[in-house]
Amino acid sequence: MIAEVLAVACLVIGTAFNCLGIIGLLRFPDVYTRMHATTKMTTFGSVFTALSVIIYGAGQFLGTGDGQYITLSLHTVLAALALAVTNAIGSHAIARGAHRSGIRPAQAVVDRLGEVPP
Amino acid sequence: MYPEETGPLSQRLLRDSHVEQVNDWTKTASVRRARMIAYLVTFIMALLLYLVFSAGSGTLWLWSPSELLAGFLLSLLTAAVAGKVLCRGKDYRMANPVRLLILPVYIIGPFFIEVTRANLDVAYRVITGKIRPGIIRVPSGMKTDFGAFLLANSITLTPGTITVDISEETNDLFVHNINVPAGWETRDTVEARELFGLANIPAWIRRIAE
Repeated sequence: MIAEVLAVACLVIGTAFNCLGIIGLLRFPDVYTRMHATTKMTTFGSVFTALSVIIYGAGQFLGTGDGQYITLSLHTVLAALALAVTNAIGSHAIARGAHRSGIRPAQAVVDRLGEVPP
Repeated sequence: MYPEETGPLSQRLLRDSHVEQVNDWTKTASVRRARMIAYLVTFIMALLLYLVFSAGSGTLWLWSPSELLAGFLLSLLTAAVAGKVLCRGKDYRMANPVRLLILPVYIIGPFFIEVTRANLDVAYRVITGKIRPGIIRVPSGMKTDFGAFLLANSITLTPGTITVDISEETNDLFVHNINVPAGWETRDTVEARELFGLANIPAWIRRIAE
């Protein structure tokens, strides 16, 4: 019962952050600032969605003792870890590619990378 | 016997592959021992990963006998095929169980708190539209590649900051901030500690990787 309430709460938090990420994509001015909203906020949201599955699986395992729920929870942990690591590396690659192809950050107050010779 | 672990990564990899070739011609006991350690480390890691993936499949504790046997054989195969590639560094600091146990503690504890705080900050900026972007230079202070990698990924996963590039000579990071605090735009470098508000993330990473 408690596990189900917690799972739904995590689901709500995750969905809310995913929505805010999409709004950020529409509002921000250039590729770098948009990446702050989309890649990271949606990672956080998706991790919370995964957390709700983990809590649900753990609750069901404690209730029924059925081994398949442990499998469900552990696989979701691995999925969340893979998501976090690949998202970080992917957004790093996009940002580096954008800067190398000459896109300057919009409205920037400082650009230390632009001062370094490539 | 091995060249020192210095210089840019690309040159180091080139040198390592050269050393590998020399070793193929003159197989000594120490080389065979290093290979054995590489196979063993890869085998244990692969077996652990298999056990995590197949937990809950049976009644023998959590696993079924057939899964345990399949995991054992597949891990042997993985070690034979990929041991040489996966353990190229000849540096087994990260195979230390204590370091591997601090890593999840770090992710669940200080890192998660930091990510939550930063997410609320970016959520506020999404709604109000108050941004002050810029790219700053951050000396990572890490001596190893893995440490710099972990710090760069931690910075990227914390919303409000993305690592755009890394200087291979000095391990300096170039970080795009969505909101550069007043005064930072005139400073040449900003310490990594100052990017995080509550927890001392660089100290944690040093504890794990160095």
